[in-house]
Amino acid sequence: MSFDPTLAAFRFGYGLSPHHSAPQDVQTLMADLSGPDLGQKAHHISVFSQAAPTPLALNVANREQNRARGTDKFEAAQAHARHLMKLAREQAAKNLGAEIARAVDAPVGFRERLVAFWADHFTVRSRSNRTTHLVTPYIEEAIRPHITGNFADLLFAATTHPMMMNYLQQTQSIGPNSVIGLRRGRGLNENLAREVMELHTLGVDGPYTQTDVTEFAELLSGLSYTPLDGFEYSPRRAEPGRETVLGVTYSDEASLDTIRDALDDLARHPATAAHLAHKIAVHFLSQTPNPSLVADLTEAFAKGRLMDVYQTLLDHPAAWVSQREKVRTPQEYITASLRALGISGQDIAQADRTMIRRYVVNPMRVMGQPWQRPVGPDGWPEDPAAWIIPQTMAGRITWAMRTPQDLLDVLPDPRDFVRTALGPRAAPEVVFAAGAAASRKDGVGVVLSSAAFQRR
Amino acid sequence: MERRHFLKSGLMLGCSAAASPLLTPVAFAQGPWDNRLVVIILRGAMDGLDVIRPRGDADYASHRATLATDDSLDLTDFYGLHPALAPLHPLWQKGEFGAMHAVSTPYRDKRSHFDGQDILEAGLNDLQSGPQDGWLNRMLQAVPGLTAQTAYAIGAEQMLVMTGDAPVSRWSPEARLRLSDHARRLLEVVHHDDPLFRAASANALDITDGLLMTADEDAATMEAAMMDPMMADVGQGQHVSVAEFTATRLLRETRIASFSIGGWDSHQNQAPQLNRVLRQLSDTILTLRAGLGDVWDRTAVLCMTEFGRTVRENGTKGTDHGTGGAMLYAGGALKGGRVLGQWPGLGAGDLYADRDLMPTADVRGAAGWAMQGLFGLNQSVIEGTIFPGLDMGGDPGILL
Repeated sequence: MSFDPTLAAFRFGYGLSPHHSAPQDVQTLMADLSGPDLGQKAHHISVFSQAAPTPLALNVANREQNRARGTDKFEAAQAHARHLMKLAREQAAKNLGAEIARAVDAPVGFRERLVAFWADHFTVRSRSNRTTHLVTPYIEEAIRPHITGNFADLLFAATTHPMMMNYLQQTQSIGPNSVIGLRRGRGLNENLAREVMELHTLGVDGPYTQTDVTEFAELLSGLSYTPLDGFEYSPRRAEPGRETVLGVTYSDEASLDTIRDALDDLARHPATAAHLAHKIAVHFLSQTPNPSLVADLTEAFAKGRLMDVYQTLLDHPAAWVSQREKVRTPQEYITASLRALGISGQDIAQADRTMIRRYVVNPMRVMGQPWQRPVGPDGWPEDPAAWIIPQTMAGRITWAMRTPQDLLDVLPDPRDFVRTALGPRAAPEVVFAAGAAASRKDGVGVVLSSAAFQRR
Repeated sequence: MERRHFLKSGLMLGCSAAASPLLTPVAFAQGPWDNRLVVIILRGAMDGLDVIRPRGDADYASHRATLATDDSLDLTDFYGLHPALAPLHPLWQKGEFGAMHAVSTPYRDKRSHFDGQDILEAGLNDLQSGPQDGWLNRMLQAVPGLTAQTAYAIGAEQMLVMTGDAPVSRWSPEARLRLSDHARRLLEVVHHDDPLFRAASANALDITDGLLMTADEDAATMEAAMMDPMMADVGQGQHVSVAEFTATRLLRETRIASFSIGGWDSHQNQAPQLNRVLRQLSDTILTLRAGLGDVWDRTAVLCMTEFGRTVRENGTKGTDHGTGGAMLYAGGALKGGRVLGQWPGLGAGDLYADRDLMPTADVRGAAGWAMQGLFGLNQSVIEGTIFPGLDMGGDPGILL
């Protein structure tokens, strides 16, 4: 129950690397958050509002193509639309490459793990193939800047982001008695309001009712985003009158400030602190987290500053239990493998779409994690038993046995690699197997296939 | 060994059937019966009111300004069928396709997909003690004679309905694993002390061995099935691959199969969305039917969803999360061509919470009656173990 560098690298980062030494203390982990954002500097990812091709450009190209049907302009319009879609697909692959490159190059990796955790907490899935390349830019814009700040800011940024509004259909929700609602005979869509309460803040066991969901949906109804006009608060869509959510009645003045107030109250709610404290402990440590840790995290969370939460997590003895209960997700697994193999982030970031698909996207799907396409807004499973089943295990073993030799001219000696990948106190059975393998390929594959490498 | 037979035909399905996040791999179990049960979980909450349309209800059309189109197919004096299920209409006329309306699980009010699906698949009154296992698995637990040799675990995503202490198989076609014998032994070494990894990798190796053996035989079966005239308009896709594989399993030792079809969460522009996903459902059922041949007469297919949707269309030509809905069923072992259940009405005061279809029966009851008829299970087992706390009520008329 005390700090261990290898454990720190596995549990709070993306594992060991031949190019970086494992973190030597809790201060090093925290300094990864308080210091400059090294990942952002090393591998650029555009924020949503600057990402290309833009949703507007793609929509216009699509519309022009449809309009030109049957005319002599059709071929040019079609070529243009196809070109933009090709750029979008290539950009999506570059995004994944950049995500992995940051984690592979990170000296510590705690920041990257937290970005992934919060991106999953505020899951966004693209609803159209014209926006798949914009999920990572959503994370860059709404999640990454806020993970070391206040939860309320993170919640506001994620909830009001165009990609979130699109995913949970807030863009379609209109106050039924608003100017636009009355004119068009349109009404509410409760999806975002419900998921903010159920998933993002209070938790499904939280003290809210259907009435709270409906009132909150009315309160959110002024949020508007279109590719043409961008994000704006539209009083003409907002349901008139006061709304009462969880017993608090908000101003009848329709404005973004009212939404901010309601989200701040949800962020501050004790149920939110308890929900998030438990979730963080589950994510990093155990399906059945230590109750005293969860209590401490709840208390820290209630103060609102996320850095306090992380410090509390790392200071608690339960964070350093040597038993590694959790399992790396497929994306973590591939990332940690590339990191252990010493492959440079630069090479990954420059890989083309074919390479990314062959070595990352397709294998992740077989491992049970189609990239950025979880089934629902609750994101990816936490339970190790959900990830390690025969079919997905076959995907992991296949990747471990085949991919390293495709990516490296010379595979490392497995007897060295087992120390690089698992640290100075590598599990003896893995050390034995690495030395007993019939080839470098098998030896490296067996190390990467081992439970010791995949548990964190 | 039976296991080899079970496993050997997966590879012919190619590499795509697990690719869709909307379609989960198939879970199978064998049993000492001749009848077959397929449970399809429709994830996302199917709008029962749009699929089995209560045209005879005076209030129906007014609640559904754009969705109540006049191109429904005739089912009964009262009900019409969504036009996208036209390919199943001949089955209705043969009595091989039916529905039960105004059903729900005991889940109320929070209308969460995730909890709703957990309640449906756990088959419990609530989630107070958490979803420990699924009701199909508890049924298997209640049946003597199941061993590790008669059920198999294959697949990428868990079907809670099949999960539990009884041994069950899961399958997914994308996994391929070729290792030397030496590498296999080393894998056993590095997984030896971790039961989760040890079991998963050992099973993965067994399964992929088996899949290689004879894909040809099952391919021939399905090729013949494709000649069935009702298959003329069935498309291609992962759902069809899953149905084909399910049929080939049910023709062998498998008696229970379960998979899911997602994409029912139609908050906006419901019409095109339901057209697409209902087409997948009809393709799935027609493929099962053609693939099973004579065995279709001994097969029951239950299509269940976590809850229904709002009675009133929302502002975006869709519907929001509701309560009561419809269960669809098919197969020669059930009595179709009818809409079972008690209709609660759609008038003022008839609705649940003034927004949803009022459930008049527990959807677990219908499943319970089907299981009793198919497998001769004792009512006390159904009400005590499989669906603890359920009152099956009277026979809704689902059995032949």
